[in-house]
Amino acid sequence: MSTPRSHLEVLPRSLQVLLAAALVVLVAFPFIGTDFYAQTIARMMILAIFAMSLDLLQGVTGLVSLGHAAFFGLAGYALAFLTPAGEPVSLWWTLPAAVAAAGLAALVIGFFVVRTHGIYFIMVTMAFAQMVFYLFFDNKVLGGSDGLYVNFKPAAVLFDLEDKRVFYYFTLAVMLLVYAFLRRLLWSPFGRALSGIRVNEHRMRAMGFTTFRYKLAAFTLAGALAGLAGYLWGAQTGFVNPELMGFQMSAHAIMMVILGGMGNFAGAIIGAFAFEYLLLWFKDLPAVGAVDLGKHWQLWMGLFIVILVTFAPRGLLGVIERLSRRKEARDE
Amino acid sequence: MNEVLLSAQRLTKRFGGLAAVNEVSVDLWLGHIHAVIGPNGAGKSTLTNLLSGDLAPTAGNILLGERDVTGWSPERISRAGLGRSYQKTNIFLPFTVWENVRLAAQSRAPHAARWLARADRFAATSERASRAIELAGLADRKNRIAGTISHGEQRQLEIAMSLATAPQVLLLDEPLAGMGTAEAERMVQLLLRIKPDHAIMLVEHDMDAVFALADHLTVMVNGQVIASGTPAQVRADANVQSAYLGEGVQ
Amino acid sequence: MDFASFLIQLLNGVQYGLLLFMLAAGLTLIFGIMGVVNLAHGSFYMLGAYLSWSLSSLTGSFTLAIVLGAVLSVAFGLVLERLLFRHFYDRDHLDQVLLTFGLIYIFEETRSILWGDDVHGVGVPELLGASIPLTENMSYPVYRLFMSAVCVVLALGLYLLISKTRLGMKIRAGAFNREMAEALGVNIKLIHAVVFAIGVALATIAGMIASPISSVYPNMGSQVLIMCFVVVVIGGIGSVRGALISALLVGLVDTFGKVLLPHLAGMLVYMLMAAVLLWKPEGLFRQ
Repeated sequence: MSTPRSHLEVLPRSLQVLLAAALVVLVAFPFIGTDFYAQTIARMMILAIFAMSLDLLQGVTGLVSLGHAAFFGLAGYALAFLTPAGEPVSLWWTLPAAVAAAGLAALVIGFFVVRTHGIYFIMVTMAFAQMVFYLFFDNKVLGGSDGLYVNFKPAAVLFDLEDKRVFYYFTLAVMLLVYAFLRRLLWSPFGRALSGIRVNEHRMRAMGFTTFRYKLAAFTLAGALAGLAGYLWGAQTGFVNPELMGFQMSAHAIMMVILGGMGNFAGAIIGAFAFEYLLLWFKDLPAVGAVDLGKHWQLWMGLFIVILVTFAPRGLLGVIERLSRRKEARDE
Repeated sequence: MNEVLLSAQRLTKRFGGLAAVNEVSVDLWLGHIHAVIGPNGAGKSTLTNLLSGDLAPTAGNILLGERDVTGWSPERISRAGLGRSYQKTNIFLPFTVWENVRLAAQSRAPHAARWLARADRFAATSERASRAIELAGLADRKNRIAGTISHGEQRQLEIAMSLATAPQVLLLDEPLAGMGTAEAERMVQLLLRIKPDHAIMLVEHDMDAVFALADHLTVMVNGQVIASGTPAQVRADANVQSAYLGEGVQ
Repeated sequence: MDFASFLIQLLNGVQYGLLLFMLAAGLTLIFGIMGVVNLAHGSFYMLGAYLSWSLSSLTGSFTLAIVLGAVLSVAFGLVLERLLFRHFYDRDHLDQVLLTFGLIYIFEETRSILWGDDVHGVGVPELLGASIPLTENMSYPVYRLFMSAVCVVLALGLYLLISKTRLGMKIRAGAFNREMAEALGVNIKLIHAVVFAIGVALATIAGMIASPISSVYPNMGSQVLIMCFVVVVIGGIGSVRGALISALLVGLVDTFGKVLLPHLAGMLVYMLMAAVLLWKPEGLFRQ
């Protein structure tokens, strides 16, 4: 039932220009926007990192995981556990530690999960993620349903992350680094093999690739990068709870990647910004008469998702691609 | 005497009570084309799948050179020097012809899992891919998307991909399927070109091609071998004549 | 653990397993025959519970509520299939995941609008309110036995439908080879609609009969969905028999686990799933 999708991997010139312009805006934003909006943008950038990590797994390798948020949340919790009540902890060892913890969890869960295919994979990733969710939800020792606080942002010594502008630029730098790394990975032998697995895993095996190992590596790397995003989320919001690990968060990530267009990482960034913006917009809807529209954001979001998947399954980039192709055909 | 590169001994595959392949033995020699023919449902595809590792035999063994590869996974058997092409075109449709073959060649590279260098900068892999594309006659189609080339060219691509992994043994499953006369002739020439360096098993329905190419012929009916020998011997065999005349096998 | 306690846990485990089977059977049938994964399957369970609450308050009769609810759920299933799901049978699993996730949001919010977010109780009908004494101070509620009985009857009904009726034969034919079945004159569209409606009805009825025991609360859909997925993964997609055995296994492991190993309780079922995955990655009874 699943057909391999042909993805937009090489970004068209117009899109590259758009992204460059967006980068300029992102760099300038803290100086032209308010503090509150800068924080919102920073959060969107963190979600963009999360979305890019899922794009590696889903867009490139073709593995649809409903459990990816487990690794996002785990790293946030790692920061919460490592940060003492009275003082900040060092960024320079807690960041790698949290990322490593997320990666390790991904390796262990991946070992079980990657041997399944298709719909099974979707279901077991969801099941394992919910297992992690309930582990934290049911145990007071781990924070329980109330979650945990991260009382201080990590200390970086060279710069002060408590300063919102500094945190913003730090997040921006991380997002750009992750993007550059993943773009290079896409065109490397490893990345080409992952794409091959997405398009035709059977042939890849027949050609001599041990696809299990490649998929497990992708699953682990994606989990580690999700952990990077989760660490930043915990640092920024100062709070982690089991919802960060649940399948709704995972489904949101899938939405972000789909919305922007899969397989090239730029789409994941676009999708994260667009989805988060949309979510905030729905939640902020005013009351019309006696009906508080914003309160029922889930309904609008649900309708949006249903409409999107019915009419524009390849997301915004897909729409842009179709429109530009139609323009080309008309111009000829 | 040419060496035997693959020897399958008394292979049997049962699905429930049905033996799709029953005590079939096949030898493949370097520089020879061993054709396997038979009516539909004879078990030829199952045999091919057993040899490539896609199916595990219920009984019997497979020796690749000196090694017993019975029950090995498809990727392990491929790395041990066996390549195959498929009856139903099994390529990477969204990729270019070049990328299809390059990826196949990459499977043999020690750097197959490198993460940061560009894939097309690895000279050894690119060279192997180029050679396979040349051999298969697809040099002028390199940059076309595999889904957009003609059916015959896709069949050539199938062969190119199985050549790019530098196998010693090749299993070709109906390479001429769906081809017109000119394309079929090109394919026959291609197979004659690659014959000296490989041990080939050819499953085919196109009898002209079979008799033009085969050094050895095995006839299968209902999962069993009913005749095996040179094309002349097989033509004269009474069992074969009755099977093809529809009188059934007693 | 003395015999009476053991018996109680055994009955509870079987009852929970049978309830899970009602949900898993629908999910696995819909996937096995139409190839659609439905994340919103748990929402039907929730819908059933809320329906039983409001219909029994409205009509004053629990039995009437169940019957009405069953009819409504069949109608709902047919409408949903016709309007939406039918167009997704040939789509990517990814698209189906997104569609049904969107539906979860829509169903949850609609439930919130129609029935609010409070927790409600549904009274056990008087006729079934008694308890069977097992020992001097332990007894077993008749209602739980009733629940198991309903599930067994429905399971039997499903079995008879699929293996002994012409409709069942058509369903099996359609699952095996759609084009051939169509060529032989089977109305595949109707078959799909019927199967989907059966799946929805089973889940909704499960929610209805469970409501007196489990109460009626907002998150009940997603909680049961996970267990349902675990059951289907262990049992094998498309296998109703696998779903039954797996559901009973999960029900018993979970129930006994909570009593014997309370610290591990929540994790036991997942560990079971992990073990099955190592041994048979496509489930115990893969079609």
